Amino acid sequence: MVLSGVTFALTAGDCLILRGPNGIGKSTLLRVLAGLAPAASGLVEVDEDQIAYAGHLDGVKAQLSVAENLAFWAGVYGTEADATLAHFGLDVLADRLAHSLSAGQKRRLGLARLHLSGRKVWILDEPTTSLDAEHVALFEAAFADHCARGGIAVISTHLDLAIPRAQTLDLAQFKARGGVEANPFLEDFT
Amino acid sequence: MWALFKRDLVLAVRSGGGFGLALAFFLILVMFVPFGVGSDRVILARIAPGILWIGALLACLLSLDRIFQLDMEDGTLDVLATSPLPMEGIAAAKAAAHWVSTGVPLTVAAPFLGYLLGLPEPAYFWLVASLFTGTLSLSFIGMFGAALTVGVKRGGLLLSLLVLPLYVPTLIFGAQSVVRVTEGLDPTPAWMLLTGISMLSMAAMPFAGAMALRANLR
Repeated sequence: MVLSGVTFALTAGDCLILRGPNGIGKSTLLRVLAGLAPAASGLVEVDEDQIAYAGHLDGVKAQLSVAENLAFWAGVYGTEADATLAHFGLDVLADRLAHSLSAGQKRRLGLARLHLSGRKVWILDEPTTSLDAEHVALFEAAFADHCARGGIAVISTHLDLAIPRAQTLDLAQFKARGGVEANPFLEDFT
Repeated sequence: MWALFKRDLVLAVRSGGGFGLALAFFLILVMFVPFGVGSDRVILARIAPGILWIGALLACLLSLDRIFQLDMEDGTLDVLATSPLPMEGIAAAKAAAHWVSTGVPLTVAAPFLGYLLGLPEPAYFWLVASLFTGTLSLSFIGMFGAALTVGVKRGGLLLSLLVLPLYVPTLIFGAQSVVRVTEGLDPTPAWMLLTGISMLSMAAMPFAGAMALRANLR
C-alpha cells in the first residue's frame, strides 16, 4: 500500500492537480482511477466509458505517420481525426513518421488523442515532462478548454500549471505508514 | 477492432515489423535441410511434410512476442485497455492480424519450398490446406502465450517454453494430414481434427488472453 485515506469528489468542469514527491504514488493513484490497477481497499466511482488515460508514455507508434496514428485512435473511439489534427497544429506534420517527431511534438500528438477520444474524464500522468514553455502554455489552454466544456481532468505534475479554477491535492499527507492499515483507500468520484 | 487489426497489419509490413521475419526464417530453414540431410530425393520427400510443418511452427513462434510487447513498451496497451474496445476484442484482433501477417504468407510460401524438397504431387493441396487452418491455432494459442508473458522483459524464452507444449497437437495433426497423403491414406480425419483445434483456439483463446492481459496490466 502506498497511499491511504485519499478522498476527493470532482464534478463537471473540475480540474484536479496531484502534487507530491517522486514515488509517493501519483501514478499508482491515476492507474487505480483509470481502472488499470485495483485499489487495495476503498471505492472509485467514475463512469469507465468516459475515461481517457495518458500515462508517462505517449502510445505513439514510431512507424506510423502522425495522421495514421490519429486515424487509428479515431477508429478505436469511433470519432473523426481531421478536426483534431488542425486544432493542435498537427496538420503540417500529418505525413511525417512519428519517429522523426521531437519529444514535444510527440506529447502534442498524445494530447490530440485525448481530445479526439471525445471522453469527459482525462487522466494524465505528468503530461508536461520534456515540454518547453510554449508547449506547456498550449497544454494548459487545452486542459482549461476541456474543463470549460464540462470535462474533468486529473493531472499529476511537478510543474506549476496555470489552469483557472484548478484544485491542488498534495499526496504527501496521505502517505501510508508501513504495512497494510485499516484506513480505507478511498476515492469518491462523481 | 477493425482499426486495431488494420493498424497491426500496417505495422507488420513497415520497418521493424514481423512480416518478413517469419517468412525469411521459414525459407532459410527449409533451404538448409538438404545441406544437412543430403540430397537423396527419397529421404527428402519422406521428411518434407514434417520439415515444412516444423519450419512453419518455429517461424510462427519467432514473431509471437511482438504481438503485445511493442504495445506494452510504448504505452499503447494501457490506452487500449481504457478504450471502448473490449479486452477480448483486442486479443482476437491482434491474433487475427498475426495470422494474416505470418500464417498466410507461410501457407503461400510452403508449396514452393515443398517443391524444393521434392514433396510428392498429391500432397500439395493438403499441405496448403493444413497450414491454412493450422496456422490459425498457432496464432491464437501463441497470442495467449504472448499475453501471459507481456510483463516479462525479454520473455522470449519463457514464451517459447509455455507455448511449445500447446503446439504439439497442432503439429501432430498438421503434419499427419500431409504425411497420410504421401502414404496413400485418407488425410481428412487428421485435417478435420486439426481444423477442430483451430476453431477451439479461436473460440477460447481471446478470453484466456484477455484475462492474462488484465492480470499483467496491474
